[in-house]
Parts: sequence; structure tokens; C-alpha cells
Amino acid sequence: MNNFAYTQAASTKEATTAKEADKQAAFIGGGTTLLDIMKSNIEQHSLLIDINKLSLMGIDNAATGLRIGALERMSDVGEHPQVVQNYPVISQALLASASPQLRNMASMGGNLLQKTRCGYYRDTAFPCNKRVPGSGCPAQQGDNRNLAIFGTSPNCIATNASDLAVALVALEAKLTLENPKGATRTVPLADFYKLPGSTPHLENQLQPGELITAITVPAAAHARKSHYLKVRDRASYAYALVSAAVGLDVQGGTIRSARVALGGVGTVPWRVPAVEKALVGKAPTEDNFRAAAALAVRDAQPREHNKFKVELAQRTLVRALMEIA
Amino acid sequence: MEPQFSDQPGGYVGKPLVRVEGREKVTGKAKYAAEFALPGLAYGVFTTSPIAKGKITRIDTSAAAREPGVLAVLTHQNLPKLAKTPNDPQGKKDIGAPMGFLPLTGDEIFYAAQPVALVVADTLEHATHAATLVQVSYQKGEPLANFKQPKAELFDPEKVQDGKQKGHTRRGEPQAAFASAPIQLTAIYNHPVYNHNPMEPGSTTAHWEAPDRLTIYESTQGVTRTQSAVAAMTGMPREQIRVITKYLGGGFGCKGATWPHTILTVQAAKAVGRPVKLMLTREQMFTSMGHREDQEQVMQLGATADGKLTSLVHTKKSTTSPWDNYAEPNSKIVDLLYASPTFESSYELARANVMTSTFMRAPGEAPGSFAIECSMDDLAYRVGVDPIEIRLRNYADHDYGTGQPWSSKSLKQCYARGAELFGWSKRNPKPGATRDGRYLVGMGMASASYPVHNSSGTARARLYADGHAVVQAGATDLGTGTYTVMTQVAADSLGLPIDKVRFELGDTQLPTAPNSGGSVAAGTVSSSVYLACQDVWQKLIKAAVIDRKSPLYRAKPEDVAVEKGRLFLKKDPKKGEAFGELMKRGEMTDIEGMAQGKYGSGYEDAAAAKNADPTQKDQAGHHSMHSFGAHFCEVRVDMDLGTIRVSKWVSVIGAGRILNAQTARSQIIGGAIFGIGSALMEETIRDQNFSRYTNADLAGYHVPVNADIPDMTVEFVEEHDPHINAMGVKGIGEIAMVGVAAAVANAVYHATGKRLRDLPLTPDKVLMAGLNS
Ligand SMILES: Cc1cc2nc3c(=O)[nH]c(=O)nc-3n(C[C@H](O)[C@H](O)[C@H](O)COP(=O)(O)OP(=O)(O)OC[C@H]3O[C@@H](n4cnc5c(N)ncnc54)[C@H](O)[C@@H]3O)c2cc1C
Ligand code: SF4
Repeated sequence: MNNFAYTQAASTKEATTAKEADKQAAFIGGGTTLLDIMKSNIEQHSLLIDINKLSLMGIDNAATGLRIGALERMSDVGEHPQVVQNYPVISQALLASASPQLRNMASMGGNLLQKTRCGYYRDTAFPCNKRVPGSGCPAQQGDNRNLAIFGTSPNCIATNASDLAVALVALEAKLTLENPKGATRTVPLADFYKLPGSTPHLENQLQPGELITAITVPAAAHARKSHYLKVRDRASYAYALVSAAVGLDVQGGTIRSARVALGGVGTVPWRVPAVEKALVGKAPTEDNFRAAAALAVRDAQPREHNKFKVELAQRTLVRALMEIA
Repeated sequence: MEPQFSDQPGGYVGKPLVRVEGREKVTGKAKYAAEFALPGLAYGVFTTSPIAKGKITRIDTSAAAREPGVLAVLTHQNLPKLAKTPNDPQGKKDIGAPMGFLPLTGDEIFYAAQPVALVVADTLEHATHAATLVQVSYQKGEPLANFKQPKAELFDPEKVQDGKQKGHTRRGEPQAAFASAPIQLTAIYNHPVYNHNPMEPGSTTAHWEAPDRLTIYESTQGVTRTQSAVAAMTGMPREQIRVITKYLGGGFGCKGATWPHTILTVQAAKAVGRPVKLMLTREQMFTSMGHREDQEQVMQLGATADGKLTSLVHTKKSTTSPWDNYAEPNSKIVDLLYASPTFESSYELARANVMTSTFMRAPGEAPGSFAIECSMDDLAYRVGVDPIEIRLRNYADHDYGTGQPWSSKSLKQCYARGAELFGWSKRNPKPGATRDGRYLVGMGMASASYPVHNSSGTARARLYADGHAVVQAGATDLGTGTYTVMTQVAADSLGLPIDKVRFELGDTQLPTAPNSGGSVAAGTVSSSVYLACQDVWQKLIKAAVIDRKSPLYRAKPEDVAVEKGRLFLKKDPKKGEAFGELMKRGEMTDIEGMAQGKYGSGYEDAAAAKNADPTQKDQAGHHSMHSFGAHFCEVRVDMDLGTIRVSKWVSVIGAGRILNAQTARSQIIGGAIFGIGSALMEETIRDQNFSRYTNADLAGYHVPVNADIPDMTVEFVEEHDPHINAMGVKGIGEIAMVGVAAAVANAVYHATGKRLRDLPLTPDKVLMAGLNS
């Protein structure tokens, strides 16, 4: 860990301009990812810009949708009655993440920018294209049990580790971003994350100085009837081996709309439109779920130790859908 | 014959007393080894090797040395010279080192994360940062990661566990018996690397108070062993070295020996002329204090048609370091548990680029019991009898390995009581046939056993005329309750209220106690405490019988007894007086007793134990001495998702006298959870190409969380064993995890009809087992 300067931003403008001015600066929210990454020497930052005094707060439930400030804590959002009621998949994804202590500290914006748990990325003794571009990807021939089967490239197969992002991608959430000029734009979360391709170190669409200020989620029947199921190596406090975020709008015994995304399997949160399409117009039965789930894994590219995810992803998906059928 | 402790009316021994040091711990007053804020304290941080094999071609410490606050950068080029290192076999033996290599003594790299420099600075932050600035160039070699790789060369080590155990053993003609057995079962069991990961990482604070006076605050399971190791390496007399460990945040074996960071910190303190503290990081805990080695066991079992064993053949292959022949001795428990007329075991090792593995809770017994107890389960299904019945059919009424009778064995009672508490009779014998909603439900059980390892130690008791006492032994409390149980023993032995007794431990200036390892501490230290208190009484009796004013004047010492602090004539109990009166009259403010307590074979036959070969010491008495127990486990398996949840647990243990019902229960619960972790989730993953771990933190190395563990039922069978020590106490620290993984795997088999033999039983394995059927 290197010496670094620390400043508390009083306004979003102050935060974004400070960040733009110093290429080595980083925003700090809860710090639960950032400090680990700095202590392990994975990133070196010259300046930490504390954004916790900014008013990026609020959990506002309106008829059109949900708006969550980027600095809301995971625990507050996960336990919020309106979220629990109208967006159960978001609440469940949050409460199945990390531990109570971490959730009390961690912010929503920070969660979406957390770093992969690929063991090679987390230990600077290994080569890793994501950490040091061009150095190689030992995970391809190594310990890849926890890594991705979708969206991979010969350069990187790291999983996006966020549970929240899987739920949000399923519900077509958008991010509000603010740049140093004070201009804001919205980006669908699904477009925000980049596939690794030949540049696994470029993970998202954030421009220099840009700050996540809020998350918006459109209201929908399939959001009210939604569910998050996470399969992991122990009952709590573990990242997903596979997870599924699902939402269904069922009327008169027929599925009117469906939303499906998988976690623990993609280099980005992995929405599967083919499954959604296949479900629409069908009855919510286990057989139909199973047939649709098979479509989810058509493009899977497993490595030596994560072959089980191909099967597990389908079963997790079916089980999650059964919960709300 | 030495006196034997007996229960005192209204006494404390056995009662579920809360921990005497509990308040100190929860208020933060209890000082662990890294919490001594010495004046001028400096901080040491290692720079470690990224590669697992190679040579240092250049090491440039100038950038690190220039950083503010940096006091020294030690490397193999400038480490202050030691009188002895473990790098040669004789040095290793003299030191009692767990590993035949000390980092910073040469330019060769043998394992990943091997320390290559030790940076000392005025603050932890300065040292941590400067450690990243040490520039090292390497000539990289091609590392070997484990015994399974094509280039690994397996060899017969002759002796295992670093020479402490025989490798190849044989009784009768097991191969022939197997060949002609009506039932032949062969199974392969695989185990990953496990790391101890006690809550408190290893740490050393070394303080040279004078050139000939060194004090070390150490996170160790045995202050004496640390003292003798440092004495050997520095060439100083032991008396000049004081080691202090007042509290320990767990050890599980990794703090049982003196690892490199200790002596390197001592040398760093010497180099900078200030006290130096070094605390290993969590990541370094995976590569600094040993681990349980990755291993494969092949278990061959021959039996008659009705399930009586005729042959047991066990072989183990495992990975060891470039220098040492360490393998935990799995075969002992395989041989011990059942009445097999023939037995054979052998070991094969391969050297790889890893540090040396070491004892980890129930070394040998933990994986060995997995092999034999899963195979016995297989046999039960094969014969078509209940798993308890198959064990009763093969019940060993004596130790078949040594031919000795048991000193005591309550295993049958453990089976019966465990089955009753668990509700075993409700179990449907058919595997894969019990459902609860989407879960397959299974019930499994396994036997447990752990030896009484020969040991001894001394204690001192000082009784004051005003009715309080200080009792001391240089023992360790791993967090398990040693302070508490020894206070109870001393209070009962001295007839004092418990709050009048203070027990002190964890200091080489106190009488010598053994390492807290191998489950010897409770039995050894409690015996020495009890006998030291008896020594006090003997001295007071001698004083009374020559004191004209005493009612006991001129009595024969052997006719005098003591109860509740009162000395009296056995024949005429009215004749006597309280010790306080006697002492006050004689102007004795206090009186001190001292004694040696023995545990195991040395208690039964001191001469035989003394003269026995090191590999045979435990068997030198007239009895085979072990604690026994049985674990019962219920699991719920979600075959679709591959998840296993333990939903019910019962452990029943027979381990002699139980000193404190509450701390003992906690030990059994802790051990069982340790075992459940090893069964279901724990695993250190070593990359095959780099021979370096990829999950060296507690986010990646999973131990059970509360949600993984159900309510647990623990009971102890009443057992009196006069052969093992003056207290009749057997250890319970390790038996708690023996057989646990097998009980879980047996329950999984019963639930699913799938036999999983590769630990840990993670969802991917359960899922694939379901697919491949
Ligand atoms: C042991 C452990 C287990 C965990 N398990 C899980 C799990 O099971 N599931 C899961 O989903 N997560 C898990 N996490 C990750 C955890 O959820 C994240 O660390 C947390 O959400 C990050 O939020 P933070 O506010 O602390 O982010 P920080 O650490 O403060 O920041 C993370 C990154 O985001 C940037 N950043 C923060 N806020 C903004 C913003 N508003 N705009 C732009 N950039 C920003 C920072 O510069 C930094 O790069 C776990 C973490 C740990 C340590
Ligand atoms: S998978 Fe990605 S993060 Fe992991 S080693 Fe390869 S490049 Fe690095």
C-alpha cells in the first residue's frame, strides 16, 4: 500500500473534477472493495475522494419505478419495505450478498463496481490480463471453478461477482452518471459493463471523472413477482457459484412477460433474452421452465473445473422460476 | 502408587463453570502476543517470493531502505548469523524445527510466498509499504505442485510424521486374507490441502533486554518448545530466554512448533537494537505455519459374508516439501478401531515446491477415520446390516495392533447413547429413500478415537495462610478453557473457594508444562496441579506432626488426611485443625508445593516409557490408552442444486473425567464444526502450474458460518480410568473432529445413494455424482 491523499468532496462537482484532474484518484464509498484492493497492491491510488458526504441518497418508490441513490447502503435498500414488496429480487440479491457488517458499510454504487474474485487477479504474484494488460491469464489452464462460462475470451474468464447487478440487469435498471461538467446521462446497466474481449482491464463505460449518482428501475408486474436464488459453497457469506434473478408476469395461467438473468457464470451479469422469449405465451410449468432453461446454456464455454455450471445454471433457473410460478 | 483425585463434596471439578478469564477477554484486557506495546517497538514485514521455484539473481534493498522510518532490510545477504539452522538434519533435530529450511539463509526459492526479505520500520505502515519496494530478480524454475503430477517421484519414507511414526507396518498376511475374502472392498479417498487458520494469526514480539536476555511474546501452543528452539538457534542458554503467551486465539496445531518467522523476528530485533513485532498477515498464514497435506488414501477391506473383517490394507500417497518426510500417520486409527486379524499400511511421498506440512487437529486420525469409517459404512450396506451393527460385529475388545488391553473404552455406550439421543431407530435402512419436500434426508454415523500420548509436566502451588492460593504451570490456554479447568482442579485440591485461587500459565519462568498439542494438556497439567497441591498438604502434615501445639502432634503423616483445608486423623476425624491455624501459629505466610504430573504410558510405567523407542512411547505401558466416541449426523441434500446441509448432530464421547461440562462441550462442538468444515467446504487450492495458492484469504477459504451448523447435542459417557494419570482425564481437543467427515459423508450416502469420497463435498461434486448415475 502506498501513501495517498484523502479529501472529502462537498459537492458532486467537486468530486468529479477532482477525479478528472488526477488519473490515479479514486472515489471511495463504503471502501469494502477499494481498501482490500489497495492493501493487496492491486491498485495504487494517489488520492481518495470520499463521496459519503454527497447527497446521493434516497429510496424513492413511484408508480413508474424505483430510484435509489448511489450512496444508499446495501442493508438499507435490502430491508426497505417498498423494495421488499415491489422488487423482491433486488432485496433478496442484496441480503444474500456478503455479510451484515459489509452490507451496512457498502454502497449501491460501489457494489456495481466491485472487483472480480478471480484468485489470480487478487494476488499480484500471478500474471493477470485484467490487472496487468498483456501479462496473461493463468485461470484458463488453472483454478477456474468459480469463473465464467459466458462472455469469456482467451484473455479473461473472470466472473462479475455482484449479486445486485444480476437482479438489476434482469429488471432493466439504468444508471445515472454525472460528469465533471455537471452533465448527467443514463445508461442501461446491461450496456454499462463491457465484455473482456482483448481488453479485460476495461470493465465499464465510465468516462474520466464520471460518478454514479443513482440507479433507476422501471416498475413492472414481473418486478413485483420476482426472485433471486443463489447457490454457493456454504449457507451464507460466500459468492455465488451460480445465481438466478427471475421475474414473471403471469396472467390467466399464461406468462405475459419474463425476465431472466444469471450470476456467477458471466464475465458480466448475464441476461438471457432467449429464455425470456421462450417463456412468453407459455404456462408457468416446470417442463416449460426446463425447456426454456436449456436455451440459456447454448453458448456456454466451460473450462476444466467449471463444467458443472452448465448444468447447475439450468437447474438454478428452473428452481428460481418455480418459486414464483 | 500416586494419589488419585476424587470428587470433592460440593467441589468445582466437572461443573459447567464459566471461563475465569472471560471478563478480561470481552473487555479487551486480555493481552495476546501481539498486544504488548513495548517502548521503542518496531515492526517487521516480510517481502515474499512470487515464484515457487528458482533462484534470487539480484536483490536490491536500496529503495526500501530509503523510505522514511525504515530501520533495516534483512535478506540472505545480511541476516545476523545464527548458531544453528534447521537446514541440516542435525540442526533441525537439535532445534526441534518443523521444517528443514530457514528462509533468508540462501538464494534459492523452494516454495511460493517464501520470505526473501524482512523489512523493519518504526511503524507497521512504513514497513508494509517498504516491503513492496524490495526489488528482487529471479531465475525461474519449473515448480512441482503435488504428488499427482506426472513429474512427481513417489518414494517410501520409511518413517513418517518427521520420524515420529513408522511408515510401513504389517500384521499377519493381509494380502492373502484379502484375496480369499468373500467380500472385497477397495476405495480411494482424496483430501485437499487444509489450513488451520486460527482466528489469531501467528506473531512474535522479540525484545533483547540485554545481550544475554531475550524476551519473546509469542503466539505459540508451547512456550517451552519455543524457548528451546530459539535457544538452539541463537546458541544461548535456555535460562536467558523468556517466552510469554498469556492468551492464544486458537492454534489447531499450526502453533505447535517454532516456524521461521519467530527466529527471523528475533534476529531482526538484534539487528535494529529495538524490540520488533511481526504479525503474519492472513494471506501469509497459508504459507508460514504449515498445513494439512493433500493426500490420497486407498482402503482395501476384506470381510466374511456376514461382515467380519479379515483384512485391512491401507496406503497413503501425499505431497511433502523438498526437505522433510512429513505425512500425518493415518494408518494408526485404521488399525485401531476394529478387530481385524490382519493389517498392512504403507506410505508414499513425493517432494514438491511447497512448505512442510504439519500436525493439524487430529493429525492422521482425521483423514484416516474418513477412509476406514466410510469403508465400514460400505461394508454395512454390502452385508445388509445397520452401520452400528457392523461396528459391533467388529468391535475390538483389545488393541489388535499392540495386543494390549484397553485402559478403558466406552465405545459401546457411546453408540447406544448416541443412537438414543439421535433417534437412530427411526432411520429407514434403505439409502435414497427418505424425503422431506425437495430434500433427500440421510442419517449417518461414525466412530471416533484419539490416543493418550505419553507426556509429563510440572506445576507449583503456593497456599497462603490467609486462605488464597496461586497455582502455576507454563501451560497454554488455546482459548479452550485451561485457565478455568486448572483453577477448578486447584480449588478442589486445596479445598478453597474458587475465587480464592488464581491459576497462572504461559510463561517459561513457570514450571514446565508440555505443548498444548496432541490433546495432552488437560490430562497432564491437571495431574501436575493436583499433585502439586498434594505436595502442599504433605508439607503441612509434616509441619503439623512436629508442632507441639497441633492436635496432630506426633501422629504418623500417613495417618493424617485433608479435606476442605482441614488436616485430621483418619481414625479420629474430630482430631485436627484447619491449615490456616497451623500456618499462623508457625508464622508461615505461605507454603509451596511442586510436583510432576504424568500422562499416558509414563504414568503406568515410567521406566518403560523412558526407554522406549520414540515411535513406541505411547505403547510402553501395560494398557492401550484412548478416548472413544461416536458422531451421528443428519443431512438434507438438494440433489438438483448439489447443496448439503447438516440438520442434526449428536456426539457422545467417553474420555475419562470431564473437568468442566461447559468448556468440554464447547470443545466437542468446536471440533465437530471443524470436521464439518473439512467435510463440506474447506480447501486450499494450489495452482498446478505455479504451485501457489489461489484462495489464500477467508473469503476464498470457506469455514462454516452459523447458518451451516444446526443445534448440536453433546454428551459424555461416565468413565473412570485409573491407568492414565492422577486425574483420570483423557484429552478431548482432537477426538471431537475424528470421524466427523465420515459421519457427514455416510449421511450423504444414506440420503442419496451416492458415495462421495473426494473432500470437500461441494455442490459441484454432488451435482456431478447425480448426473453420472
Ligand atoms: C468478504 C467479502 C464478501 C463479499 N461477498 C459479496 C457477495 O456475496 N455478493 C456481492 O454482490 N458482493 C460481495 N462483496 C462485495 C461487496 O458487496 C462490495 O465490496 C461492496 O458492495 C462495495 O461497495 P463500497 O461502497 O464499499 O465500494 P468501495 O469499495 O467504496 O468502491 C468500490 C469501487 O467503486 C468505486 N465507486 C464507489 N462508489 C462510486 C460511485 N458512486 N461512482 C463511481 N465510482 C464509485 C470506487 O472508486 C471503487 O473503485 C463481498 C465483499 C467482501 C469483502
Ligand atoms: S480470468 Fe481475468 S482476472 Fe482472472 S487471471 Fe485471467 S485475466 Fe486475470
